[in-house]
Amino acid sequence: MSKSYTPGLKVLKHTKVVKDRLLPLKGEVHVNLDDPVESNTIVASTEIPGNVHMLNIANELNVDANQILDCMFVNEEDHVSKGQVIAQNKGIFGLFKSEVKSPIDGQIMNISKITGQVVIAEKPLPVNVDAYIPGTVTNIYNKEGISVNSLGTFIQGIIGIGSEKKGIIKFLVKSPSDKINVSMIDDSLKNNIIICGSYIDYDVYEKAKKIGVKGIVCGGVDYNTVSKILGYSLGVAITGTENTTTLILTEGFGEIYMAERTFNLLKDNENKMASINGATQIRAGVLRPEIFIASDNESHSQDFSEDDLIISEGSIVRVIREPHFGRLGKIVNLPYELVEMKSETKVRVAEIEFDDNSKEIIPRANLEVILSN
Amino acid sequence: MDKKDIKVILATDCGSTTTKAILIEYIEGEYRLTYRGEAPTTVEAPFEDVTRGVLNAIIELEELSKKSILDGEKIISPSLDNRGVDVYISTSSAGGGLQMMVSGVVRNMTGESAQRAALGAGAIVMDILASNDKRLYHEKVKRIRELRPDMVLLSGGIDGGTVSHVVELAEIIKTANPKPRLGMNYKLPIIYAGNNKAQDSIKDTLDDSTDLIMVPNIRPTLEKENLKPSRDKIHDLFMEHVMAQAPGYNKLMKWTDHPIMPTPGAVGEMIKKISEVENISVVGVDIGGATTDVFSVFDGEFNRTVSANLGMSYSICNVLSEAGVSNVSRWVPFEIDSSNLTNRIANKMIRPTTIPQTLEDLKIEQALAREALRLSFIQHKEFAVSLKGVQQERTISDTFDQKMTGETIVDMLKLDLIVGSGGVLSHAPRRSQAMRMLIDSFLPQGITQIAVDSIFMMPQLGVLSTFHEKAAIEVFHKDCLVKLGTCLAPIGQYSKGKDLLTYSFNIDNKIHEGTLKFGEIILIKASLGMHSCKIIPERNVDLGFGKGQIFEGDINGGEVGIVLDGRGREIKFLNDDSSRINQILEWSKNTLEYNEST
Repeated sequence: MSKSYTPGLKVLKHTKVVKDRLLPLKGEVHVNLDDPVESNTIVASTEIPGNVHMLNIANELNVDANQILDCMFVNEEDHVSKGQVIAQNKGIFGLFKSEVKSPIDGQIMNISKITGQVVIAEKPLPVNVDAYIPGTVTNIYNKEGISVNSLGTFIQGIIGIGSEKKGIIKFLVKSPSDKINVSMIDDSLKNNIIICGSYIDYDVYEKAKKIGVKGIVCGGVDYNTVSKILGYSLGVAITGTENTTTLILTEGFGEIYMAERTFNLLKDNENKMASINGATQIRAGVLRPEIFIASDNESHSQDFSEDDLIISEGSIVRVIREPHFGRLGKIVNLPYELVEMKSETKVRVAEIEFDDNSKEIIPRANLEVILSN
Repeated sequence: MDKKDIKVILATDCGSTTTKAILIEYIEGEYRLTYRGEAPTTVEAPFEDVTRGVLNAIIELEELSKKSILDGEKIISPSLDNRGVDVYISTSSAGGGLQMMVSGVVRNMTGESAQRAALGAGAIVMDILASNDKRLYHEKVKRIRELRPDMVLLSGGIDGGTVSHVVELAEIIKTANPKPRLGMNYKLPIIYAGNNKAQDSIKDTLDDSTDLIMVPNIRPTLEKENLKPSRDKIHDLFMEHVMAQAPGYNKLMKWTDHPIMPTPGAVGEMIKKISEVENISVVGVDIGGATTDVFSVFDGEFNRTVSANLGMSYSICNVLSEAGVSNVSRWVPFEIDSSNLTNRIANKMIRPTTIPQTLEDLKIEQALAREALRLSFIQHKEFAVSLKGVQQERTISDTFDQKMTGETIVDMLKLDLIVGSGGVLSHAPRRSQAMRMLIDSFLPQGITQIAVDSIFMMPQLGVLSTFHEKAAIEVFHKDCLVKLGTCLAPIGQYSKGKDLLTYSFNIDNKIHEGTLKFGEIILIKASLGMHSCKIIPERNVDLGFGKGQIFEGDINGGEVGIVLDGRGREIKFLNDDSSRINQILEWSKNTLEYNEST
């Protein structure tokens, strides 16, 4: 049988999470297989090449490009200091010599007798990768990084901004439909991750950022608010490099209640340390923002597989597009035939029974499986 | 296998989100599309093996066709009775497609030639590095390091021309020492297609640190562009390096009987083939979730552009941002506040596979499609230009025809056929919606045929055309191309309500006569086939044959019919909201765009 998949976001407790922690370039791994690590343990590091400076030695010394090797005092890969003479011409009868000094401390990358240019690189920039989540090292990628294995609560959002952060989870609302106002943000929330219910506006975000909140989790915000936060319109959902307070939306754009299960799972972890990441990539290599809270419980529930994304009668799903956006229901019928929608589009559909026993026909493409345990 | 023995062809296209499989069979003396199946693409975690999606799509084909194609995970070949296929081919744009950087000494000359070669081969051009691009040395180095292309096409200088500039570009690449996007353990492929006199110096500079391949100069003289060797090499390297690194492709490459082609490269092959076989000028457009590709062939010259962030799902917010909310909402025939509109569009971006259930949502998506298509076509016209820098000899007779080098070769009056493809066009609930979207965004002038790709099978037919032209062309005309009809549009602007032309069509022995006024759009139902007509424009109105010139001849009908578009070029909208809404509702009503009862 061919399979009918729907997208699904994970909202899981006591689950196994494996994170690859990889360097951008080859470097050194600092931990061993089976080592326990904390979320802030540096597990690998490397150096990325420094910025480069280009000097046109041929022009500076007024010689042909193919003569510059005769004028150089240094070779490729030599280290040089700022102000050090690196080249000199022969002058006229040995007099009136011109010289070129290095403008920086660095290393000679290239000397070209074709272009007459010398490239000097600044000192390399160190890059450290931490474990991000507490756990055990389960795999070593030679000179590239490691895998960390951990158990705990794992929740995916729909979109986020901002990079990896760690902080204590604090609740500012009592229910998933509550909204917060700017006066509820105070200095006591510095370095924490705050859970804000259904919706926040720009003023709330700015105040939180100002006092040093590490992350904000809520149901939705307006698209225009995200544009204002970023300073530009978010054209494609590729985020994670923004240097700002991390924001994770669990539902989408607009004023939307946080899903109850997500809210309750976060509530179970109130005042615990969490690792969050707003990085999102909704394109090849789908990446959703995430929240992870490690648990002390050794047992874990069953892992998910490809088959869990298949919908069938009885599956619990959420509608992810108008006109029933956000509603949870159970699939009661999966007709094989195409059905015509109000838009006149003919599509595969599912009949959904909602909590109030009402039934609606929804395109299968507009359903999301709730992956929960 | 001998061509005449090919009776059953299996073709797949592995897209970023969906893998599509089609079955083509030789039935009663001709090749026809018989079945189509699809499944989600499985390049990403947790599957990380493209062949899983391919197998799922083939299983759907088996279910629909009641034919056995697979024996376990093996494609049965050759075909016998109701089992197996004779040829299996595939295209791919999964994993982000082929991402390249190109370089040239002068951005508008060798830089553009290199860009044309890369785009023609089906690549996404991430950046053009040029000696005159006004960026500093270290900025270029930083840019290359950040982008991590799959390969680099290095060109620059005509044969015997500048050496130092092109070597400087090689030195920049060497300094950047870029790592390929996929896999840390192989050297970055660099194709050198520049000044032949600089080849030794380029080798000295790059040979150790990269996988350097030499091909003939892309611009041997200012007057000549030689793109084919570079395009062919890009295809080879796409297979050997990029595909080989992507999950599951090593397996897939062994399954296919012909090399896997990048999807847009294959669509380009098909567009070229149509233009060549029918001797017409063609514009093709494929509007996808992330990108919109535009292809054109005018006077035998092929051009392709990729508008990398103009698409209907992943990059839908970028369409909104580039077009502006007002340009999108001008096509929306109801009142909606800006915040509601932007939130709805942004929700499509984060849940890209959802489809419009309500008519309102459909209208919003089609408004965005118009803008994505319009912007992509503007970019295409700016790129599809004659060679720049060519020395021109003028005679006294050229005095009044001062054409510059680098002018666009896209001539809307010469254009014979527009072919639209991609979900929003191919799957529009009504064909009239697809026709309107193409007319509103491309603004054809004169007499232009409009068609859509029925189920987006041009990529598969493109690969097929490389070894079995007959099968590809037959399927293209009979099953792929849906002829919607013809658009007749006078050039220019006139005063509101002015009579533009009178028309008389003989459609199935019934005469349709009338007058087209400025600001109007009229649809005349005309079935597939040729219909005789006489168009008499007013004295100062030009239908592409000169002011007041009468057209008398045959014109193509189609699933939608003949559209007489008197709205002017450009289309002007009324200023206040309620007048504008009435204006576009009238256009919709006249072209049977939506169900009026809703």
